Amino acid sequence: MGREVLSDLSFQVAPNSFQFLTGPSGAGKTSLLRLMLLSIRPTRGLVHVFGQEASKIPPRQMPTIRRKIGVVFQDFRLLNHLTTYENVALPLQVKGKIEANYRQDVTDLLDWVGLGDRMHVLPPVLSGGEKQRAAIARALIDQPDVLLADEPTGNVDPPLARRLLRLFIELHRSGTSVVIATHDLSLMDQFDARRLVLNSGRLQIYE
Amino acid sequence: MNKPSAPTAPTQETEPVTEQAQKSNRPLKSGKSIVPGETIASTALIFVIAIMAFLACLTLGAVSMVSSSANKWQSDISREVTIQIKPADGQAMEDDIRKASRIALSFEGVSKVTALNDAATARLLEPWLGSGLELAELPVPRLLTVSIEDGANPDFTALRTRLEAEVPGASLDDHRAWVNRLTTMAVTMVFIGFSVFLLMMAATITTVIFATRGAMAGNRDVVEVLHFVGADSAFISRQFQGHFLLLGLKGALIGTASAIALFLLLGVWSYFSVATPQGDQASALFGSFSPGILGYLGMFAVTIMVAGLTALTSRWTVHKQIQILQDYNRSL
Repeated sequence: MGREVLSDLSFQVAPNSFQFLTGPSGAGKTSLLRLMLLSIRPTRGLVHVFGQEASKIPPRQMPTIRRKIGVVFQDFRLLNHLTTYENVALPLQVKGKIEANYRQDVTDLLDWVGLGDRMHVLPPVLSGGEKQRAAIARALIDQPDVLLADEPTGNVDPPLARRLLRLFIELHRSGTSVVIATHDLSLMDQFDARRLVLNSGRLQIYE
Repeated sequence: MNKPSAPTAPTQETEPVTEQAQKSNRPLKSGKSIVPGETIASTALIFVIAIMAFLACLTLGAVSMVSSSANKWQSDISREVTIQIKPADGQAMEDDIRKASRIALSFEGVSKVTALNDAATARLLEPWLGSGLELAELPVPRLLTVSIEDGANPDFTALRTRLEAEVPGASLDDHRAWVNRLTTMAVTMVFIGFSVFLLMMAATITTVIFATRGAMAGNRDVVEVLHFVGADSAFISRQFQGHFLLLGLKGALIGTASAIALFLLLGVWSYFSVATPQGDQASALFGSFSPGILGYLGMFAVTIMVAGLTALTSRWTVHKQIQILQDYNRSL
């Protein structure tokens, strides 16, 4: 068995809450997000999602659970052969929604994140910040109950980081629980929120 | 947990990230499917499928041609039997020939009896006895060829008995020994041909499965992204199955069309090579150089099978990948 990345963690993400997950590089922020996303299973301990113990969730129910969780990956994970619009619309497309019914919502959201004039381009021609915003828009488009964002401001300059933070705050106010993994202290100082601080695999919570 | 309401327009506090962007007239959609189309892996897959389908169709066509040629030889030789009348002292050979012909024609299924005349018999013996042969001076047996109608099966035993009883010195050769040998040879050739075809299909299936899985490996990220945005297994499988069915169909059609074109070219060559040594040799083995309607139907079946196999392999590969992603208890 390898090194224990996280140990003795116990916390809850309440509905309609906002928290920063922070700690030095290698502290286990991404691993904790992956645990919350159910993409990995803990060697010991339990993860409960929307009232269900994760190991008891049947595989066929997983897509329904995932649709309630929006994710912003550190490496964006945009599909390079699809336009920004198509990437953002993907969560709606996979739900079988008709394009005519969501087209306006997607274009409105892209306008909102400042990609109104970049909807038709492919991700390889987007800048780092634009990719970041496209990934955020994709995570938000289906109005998830929970948003998990891994270093969402890691590739943008401070002014844009502040704007993105306001975007997350706005989302939180509209009812979504937000977890932002970041090691950017200046970003956290801009909004008074709960802080989950990871250090050497242990968690301290500052309400 | 209550479902959050849609994000509202930015308030004064949450100023818009940018001003309302200028709309572009360019289309919002790339026109591409969720599964990336023209990748190096998919082009290579089409190429591999085309080669394997070409070789499979070539084998099937050759087997089909050899099989129909073997049947034709067998049928040609079994449609004819020979009556031989040995000369004897005081025998009226011409009367015996007429009598043997009458007896043969009285049997059901016999269409024609032709007696080899003196000139034809002399020609037949020329390689051994030289030219200018006077048959009257030699005790040379006379031959009658008896043609049998297609599909008919005259009672050769009864014919033989009557000939031996009523025509002195007459005997019937129904070529059974030759037919048996040819049947054995034809069955062996067709068996070998089909064995080669089955091996070829096994190689095709294996190659298509591995090439498809190779091409699928490049799409792992796409599967993961679809999975994380909430796509269910059926949706993801459908996307890949449809995409790979088209790739398989494209490759198989190219391979099959190339094989058919080759057969047509060989047919044209065979048509213009009639009466040349090479042409005669080739047509003796392969007949008309056409795989026939069954051969072409078989090639069509190969095309459908290869395309279907490609789609099923992709579906199976995606299904396995999704199973691993979705099964929380395996995601350690």
